[in-house]
Amino acid sequence: MARVLMKGNEAIAEAAVAAGCRYFFGYPITPQNELPEYLSKRMFEVGGYFVQAESEVSAINMVYGAAGAGGRVMTSSSSPGVSLKQEGMSSIACAEIPAVVVNMMRGGPGLGSIQASQADYFQATRGGGHGDYRTLTYAPASIQEACDLMVRAFDKADEYRALCLILGDGMIGQMMEPVEIKASEVKKFDKSWAARGRGDRKHNSIINTLYITHEELTELNERLQAKYKVMEEKEVLVETYNLDSNPEYVLVAYGTVSRICKNGIAKLKEKGINVGMVRPITVWPFPKQAVLDAAKKASVKAMVTVEMSAGQLVEDVELSVKGVKPVELFSRLGALPPTPDEVADFVLALKGRK
Amino acid sequence: MSQVVFTKTNMLTDAITHYCPGCGHGIVHRLVAESIEELGMNDRAVGISPVGCAVFAYRYFNCDNQVALHGRAPAVATGIKRVSPEAIVFTYQGDGDLASIGNAEVNHAAARGEKFVTILVNNGIYGMTGGQMAPTTLIGQKATTSPQGRSVERAGFPMKVAEMIATHEGVQFCERVAVNNTANILKAKKAIKKAFQNQVDGKGFNFIEVLSTCPTNWGLDAIESMKWVEEKMIPYYPLGVLKDKDQEAK
Repeated sequence: MARVLMKGNEAIAEAAVAAGCRYFFGYPITPQNELPEYLSKRMFEVGGYFVQAESEVSAINMVYGAAGAGGRVMTSSSSPGVSLKQEGMSSIACAEIPAVVVNMMRGGPGLGSIQASQADYFQATRGGGHGDYRTLTYAPASIQEACDLMVRAFDKADEYRALCLILGDGMIGQMMEPVEIKASEVKKFDKSWAARGRGDRKHNSIINTLYITHEELTELNERLQAKYKVMEEKEVLVETYNLDSNPEYVLVAYGTVSRICKNGIAKLKEKGINVGMVRPITVWPFPKQAVLDAAKKASVKAMVTVEMSAGQLVEDVELSVKGVKPVELFSRLGALPPTPDEVADFVLALKGRK
Repeated sequence: MSQVVFTKTNMLTDAITHYCPGCGHGIVHRLVAESIEELGMNDRAVGISPVGCAVFAYRYFNCDNQVALHGRAPAVATGIKRVSPEAIVFTYQGDGDLASIGNAEVNHAAARGEKFVTILVNNGIYGMTGGQMAPTTLIGQKATTSPQGRSVERAGFPMKVAEMIATHEGVQFCERVAVNNTANILKAKKAIKKAFQNQVDGKGFNFIEVLSTCPTNWGLDAIESMKWVEEKMIPYYPLGVLKDKDQEAK
């Protein structure tokens, strides 16, 4: 496919199709509506299926059924809708079946607003629903990256038989950018475990989330935690920026905010202040080592977390930095992105204070 | 020479069920299992186990199975049927599961005309959680959350699920049956088998409500429970076909 100008939600939808996704179950909510709208036509062109469910709860349980039957399946929603999906997401994690969920975050809590936000960070990185589980969570900073991560998310979901999240702030869904959706061969995975009718199999396949004895439940949880440990070792994705400039400060930001930070860093450079950045691409597993390595640099006076939430990302930064350097927080509340000048001014104020 | 007069259906496993003496689940399991086997669909069958007393149905039905969250079985079945249209899919749900928390899922599956079978086992109470009031609990019936008996003032009226389901155009076949005596069990078998035959033939949503017993939570013995179905439940929940598109076409 040639490089074309596409809206984020539609580009992500097309990337899902390119990744071999053939089943979509969803429910309307702003700011992600273009994604199901696009797939309501596109899925039928490629021999797949689109179902508009009666609720987010129903949609995620359709995803559970389709994933359990061996389909490459996804749903998408935005913050209040993703809260509703949590019961099914916990089940998908527990049943160890592969699925992808897109959350185009909007402002909260409650109905909040329809503008971009990052306030679902805790929900996305701490499991989200009940029980001990995690989701492999990608936070794209551009539409091209969102498309590339979409393909990766489906493969990783199948590889680990796990739930993968694409965590976009609403801007990723709503803005238009040039994008190239690369057609590559869809990887094949063994799905002999799927429950879709026994056929020639000797045994019955059971997709289950009930482990009634404590021995069984302990064994399940140990298996899940072992899987998450492997993810923490192997699946971290991170971008480091301007770290070889002997930075005085290192920003930590993800998604669209990280792009605003890059412009802030350019403005600070004009004033003769070197600032670097660590951008988590996976927010879970979190790039702890990259953040710690940056903090340990002799030139670095402090780490600065920039987030469109009230101090969520900063907890992971503090856990990673382990007190090696001070951790400052520039928090923007209420679903309005900061400007590059505001980021630069925050750093200037820090410098002036010291 | 000995003569075989009865064999258990291969669609049930040899597992010993956890159901209480006098509970109707064992009968309904067998009727569902026999129907699938008689249609030669064992290898294509996918059951959806509910939350409730039948949560272990996946241990008893000898076929592929997915265990659904409370009330979500019709959504799970929808997902399976999209990926695997050739599968013979059935949800097996109680009245707390289907009529209360899963009311949206079952009604929308019916409205969409999803091509699977839903079995509702209605015993008018939450069995697994210990006898709480269900949407189907009768007026005056005692439950742990209606200790003086269900009152209209406090809890409204019992829900007639089969009648509600039958209002949807997407429904191919909807019948209410009971398993309280031999004659009714035979009728129930016929209805359940027809529902599965319809699915094999690719015909719309098929819904069977089965009036059943809960001796443990009703505080009755097995025989009294069967009588209670006859005397209390059937008058409020009349048996019979509520929708059959085959008949409408004639």
